[in-house]
Amino acid sequence: MAYTEEELKKELETKEYEYGFYTDIESDTFPNGLNEEIVIAISKKKEEPEWMTLWRLESFKIWKEMVEPEWANVKYKKPDFQAISYYSAPNKKPKYESLDEVDPELLDTFKKLGISLDEQKKLAGVAVDIVMDSVSVATTFKKTLAEKGIIFCSISEAIKEHPELVKKYIGSVVPQKDNFYAALNSAVFSDGSFCYIPKGVRCPMELSTYFRINQAGTGQFERTLVIADEGSYVSYLEGCTAPSRDENQLHAAVVELIALDDAEIKYSTVQNWFPGNKDGQGGVFNFVTKRGLCEKNAKISWTQVETGSAVTWKYPSCILKGDNSIGEFYSIAVTNNFQQADTGTKMVHLGKNTKSTIISKGISAGKSQNSYRGLVQVNSRADNARNFSQCDSLLMGNECGAHTFPYIEVKNKSAQIEHEATTSKIGEDQIFYCNQRGIDTEKAIALIVNGFSKEVLNKLPMEFAVEAQKLLEISLEGSVG
Amino acid sequence: MLKINNLHASVEDKEILKGINLTVNAGEVHAIMGPNGSGKSTLAAVIAGKEEFEVTEGEVFLEGENLEDTSPEDRAHKGVFLSFQYPVEIPGVSVTNFMKTAINESRKAKGLEDMPAKDMLKLIREKSELLEIDRKFLSRSLNEGFSGGEKKRNEIFQMAMLEPKLAILDETDSGLDIDALRIVANGVNKLKSKDNAVIVITHYQRLLEYIVPDFVHVLHNGKIVKSGNKDLALELEEKGYDWLKQETVI
Repeated sequence: MAYTEEELKKELETKEYEYGFYTDIESDTFPNGLNEEIVIAISKKKEEPEWMTLWRLESFKIWKEMVEPEWANVKYKKPDFQAISYYSAPNKKPKYESLDEVDPELLDTFKKLGISLDEQKKLAGVAVDIVMDSVSVATTFKKTLAEKGIIFCSISEAIKEHPELVKKYIGSVVPQKDNFYAALNSAVFSDGSFCYIPKGVRCPMELSTYFRINQAGTGQFERTLVIADEGSYVSYLEGCTAPSRDENQLHAAVVELIALDDAEIKYSTVQNWFPGNKDGQGGVFNFVTKRGLCEKNAKISWTQVETGSAVTWKYPSCILKGDNSIGEFYSIAVTNNFQQADTGTKMVHLGKNTKSTIISKGISAGKSQNSYRGLVQVNSRADNARNFSQCDSLLMGNECGAHTFPYIEVKNKSAQIEHEATTSKIGEDQIFYCNQRGIDTEKAIALIVNGFSKEVLNKLPMEFAVEAQKLLEISLEGSVG
Repeated sequence: MLKINNLHASVEDKEILKGINLTVNAGEVHAIMGPNGSGKSTLAAVIAGKEEFEVTEGEVFLEGENLEDTSPEDRAHKGVFLSFQYPVEIPGVSVTNFMKTAINESRKAKGLEDMPAKDMLKLIREKSELLEIDRKFLSRSLNEGFSGGEKKRNEIFQMAMLEPKLAILDETDSGLDIDALRIVANGVNKLKSKDNAVIVITHYQRLLEYIVPDFVHVLHNGKIVKSGNKDLALELEEKGYDWLKQETVI
């Protein structure tokens, strides 16, 4: 409100993606296109055992038969899957014991992202497994984790070193045929993270992965598998930034979580991929399948702060298979300019006395469209299932949209389902009130948005919460006119 | 402190202030009274810089500086404080967090570092005691679910925290029971000094029994039609506004 049209325009122009640079590291990139040979070549490149190659080929066969889904409330030009290169890895492949051995240019990139490894190590006690263009180049704190029997490595390494675990669990929560993108990912996934927490072990630190897409025109297909054995606990952080590019970049990740009896997994994401420029050009397509399986008394908690990507299609879900298991979903989704997000969750109650909580906060600005889509399903045998859902939308300006699509399917009479939804708009009166106290409009919006998102921000681990708050501010700069 | 010359202001082409002249010196308390729709709240909002109102003529000076083209936040940084008649709710933002942000933004505008947490805490303790505010109250979301009295007390608490040069209290007495009124008025009196000034906008003279004004002005139809000392308020109470309306018919 304190802005003229002209000033607003200027603001928006200066708000170009701040991580919009890219690092010139020699890459080993496959030719564009996808066929069986490429799938075999990826597998070979990664020195995988035969069972993995076959699994990929089977996935590819399934994928070929599938069509891209169209039910989401998003509009975009479908990617040409034959125009994408399916493998790109930094050239200097060896693993590093210390940071000194790492390509200095790569380290510089991390510095620009504000994630100096040293700082991370010292400050947060976080072991960072950095995925740069699909291949893990540095894994830290591995030794400390190893003492507790915790395995935290790249999925490629896990396939070689721990084939029994990977073989048993990969595709067990998100089957190859689950959906179009999951099938594609299963065929061509390049790398990702693997984590195993042994029985009764409480992981002593937050496990963190920074993802980054860095090669023009290469899609990134991450595969993450987290297994928490009986009675164990782990908190896993995933954060991402990507360089700005003209052409669309496809990202189709699959994340599978397995929480065995009495285990707990907390999975937090801050996503800040390039959302496209102010005219809606470019930006990442983010088509992700995330799902967790809870056995008896287990708990899975998803927390996400989604501020980036041009198009987001993402529904972190929980299969509450075991009795007394708990699923939680806390989400903040921010869209600005021409961004489109269709995100939410699925809570599938199979066991008795299962509980789920959904708190979704959608913030739309500019000409963006923000949809919450959620399913709460109670199976006929799931006695005494309980769900509480709350979906709040905050609108800025008159050109954006907020949509809520809640689906509830209950087949057991003892279920208790609650759904609350609100939609509000940042008012001129709220902003003037803040202005009068000496708080300018940008800061006022940040304050109001942070207040609106508080319930979810509070669920994030401390070091992530600060980052997330900043991200909200950056994402909404200049969004009220 | 404040000097207003021939101020005209309108909203959506409807003129509401039709030539206000007012001078307020440091150390003074001025009361502005008047019937509904006379322009009292508009005057307060225009001094605070609300952009919904267009100043079509005249000027507002604060300590000799013309406030034209000064944003509401800059006016706040220069020491203008408005206690709102209807304070807004900001869900999820605690009173403490809001105050911390406001104070640090003002400091930033003056080129100062953030206030150290220790000092902030001390200030909060001091001011909440002054206004008999329960500390628990400060952790609640700003104005959300507050009673009318709590909202007004919170406004005065913010005034105490921000230590303005010029405080404008817009109908601070409305919605207050007698105990709350006394607490709020006591707070204002304690904050009064020879270096700051207060403008009390009110309908009734009730509040003026507690905050005694040096001058009383009557606003009617966008103009100050009568000024006097505190006795004018009593006279108004006795005779009602109709008396003035008749007297000032043009």
